Formats: sequence, C-alpha cells, structure tokens
Amino acid sequence: MSKWVINESLCKGCGICIARCPLKILAYADHLTPKGVYPAAITDEAKCTSCAICARSCPDVAIEIYKEEK
Amino acid sequence: MTMKKVFSRPASLSKTPFHYCPGCDHGVIHRLVAEAIDELEVGDRTIGVAPVGCSVFAYDYFNFDFNQAAHGRAPAVATGIKRTRPDSIVFTYQGDGDLAAIGTAEIIHAANRGEKITVIFVNNAIYGMTGGQMAPTTLIGMKTQTSPYGRDASTAGNPIKMSEMIATLESPVYVTRVTINSVANLMKAKKAIYNAFKLQKEGKGFSFVEVVAICPTNWGKKPADSHKWLTENMLPVFPLGTFKDTLGVEKSA
Repeated sequence: MSKWVINESLCKGCGICIARCPLKILAYADHLTPKGVYPAAITDEAKCTSCAICARSCPDVAIEIYKEEK
Repeated sequence: MTMKKVFSRPASLSKTPFHYCPGCDHGVIHRLVAEAIDELEVGDRTIGVAPVGCSVFAYDYFNFDFNQAAHGRAPAVATGIKRTRPDSIVFTYQGDGDLAAIGTAEIIHAANRGEKITVIFVNNAIYGMTGGQMAPTTLIGMKTQTSPYGRDASTAGNPIKMSEMIATLESPVYVTRVTINSVANLMKAKKAIYNAFKLQKEGKGFSFVEVVAICPTNWGKKPADSHKWLTENMLPVFPLGTFKDTLGVEKSA
C-alpha cells in the first residue's frame, strides 16, 4: 500500500501541492484525467516522509496520506 | 507492514467534488470548518448558513444541515435559527462581497447584539462569482473589472477592515484574522476556526474569523503565485492577528 494516494477525479491540477512539497517529489503526471487536467503525481515515493503538507494544502482534498507503522 | 492513516477527508465533508476554480482557497476553508465540527463532535446539531457568492452551493459539501440566505442576510437568518434552536451550532460562511458590501448592516448588528453564532468571513478582495468586480475590500490600485485603472480612494474609498471594525463593538467575544498562504498559517487558521466553534459550543457569544484568501481566476494569477501576491500585497493592508479575545480562548487552549 502506498503512502501517497490521490483521487484523480477530484484533482484540478492547480499545482499548489507541487509548489509546496518540501522534498520536491511531486510533479504533474503525463496522462489526462476525464476532466482534462494533468493530475499531480509522486515521482519518488521512497523519499516521502508522510508530512502531509501537500494533502493539507490541497483545495480539493484529493490526497490521502499514510505512514508505515513501526 | 501496516499503514497508519495520517490525513484524509474529514467525516463532515461530503464526497461531492467542489465546483470551485482550480486552486481556490474555499476548499481548504471548507475542510477546516468540517474538521473543527468533527473535533468538537457537534456534527449532529450543526446548521450552516451559506451566502450568495462562490460559496452559495456550500450546502452540497457538508454532511450536516445547511441553509442558504439572501445576499448578505446570512447573519440575520443565522440569528433566527439560533434563537429558535439554541442548542444548535449555527455558523455563517460568507465572502467579502456578501458580508462587507450588501450585508454590512446584518453583520454589524448581529455582532452588536452578541448573537451566539460563528461567522467565517472569506476575504479575497474581489467579487469572484460575478466575474471579478471591485469589492469594498479591494486594495488601492488593484485592477478589477470595475476598476480598470486600479481602485482610486478619492472615488471608491479605502478597503474596509471588517475585523477591526467588529472588534470595536462590545459584544463579540472572539475576532481574529488568519490566512492560509502557507501550511504554518493554515494550522493557525485551523486553530482559530476551532476556537470560534468551541466558544459557541460553550454558549459564550459571537465569534468572527476572517480568512484572507486568494482568487486565482479573477486575479489572473496561477494559484501558487496568488499566495505570493497575497503575502506581499494583502497582508500589509489586512494584518493577521487576534483583535478581540474577551475570554482568553487562545491562551486556555
């Protein structure tokens, strides 16, 4: 199961999560959604610290964040 | 390995996709309201009042009861609801065109009567829904559809500072201005909205949270650039801070 889950049907491609990710591991995907937007995607999930800055910044609440339980 | 959920949609926020433009701050503010209602466990007795403006369809986005008032009259409708159902948690969600223009009388008098309601005031310095006309909160020199040469104080006056105005009244118990231009400020905004609803849950009095927000579409800027523009231009005119906290809710939290 991944740490970073996006509901692409909600994403409007505004890019706020991409601009705010402290590790710069978010970018636009290269496919279009049925709405006609390039959704946000994670480029290197291994680096993700589950800080949830992207999810809290998302105006469409499209991102869910999970963390590995130790 | 098991995965722990760190962040997901709050229960009080419905699954309906927002109709707002890409990057609009309304979505985040809706979420903060829903989170506050969930954390206070009052979702079963909350009644919201939507304004006229972009957030006119707010009733679609929450899993609790909602009403929709005539333009600017949300505080009057909320007064009626709160007085007939005093156990309810009643809040209005209004923009600057609704609250600071056509609804000035309603908000000032609801605040002055100390109605035990919460007001979430979203200030983005422009009329969004109607296509970007000048609002009472538009900055001096700011170009809009109806101020193509920039707002001129000699003919259009100066930006109205609602929080400062309402804080001069005796009755309100909590008046604060926050923004969501960064995650740090967003967390402060979340706390302020929580405090406002907490005061109402305790039956204290009128609470008012102004959220300085962006309108990327009508400002003609990308969402990330809009937050930068807000920081550089709006915050000097609309300084953040708590203007009134009669009961010291911020210190006790």
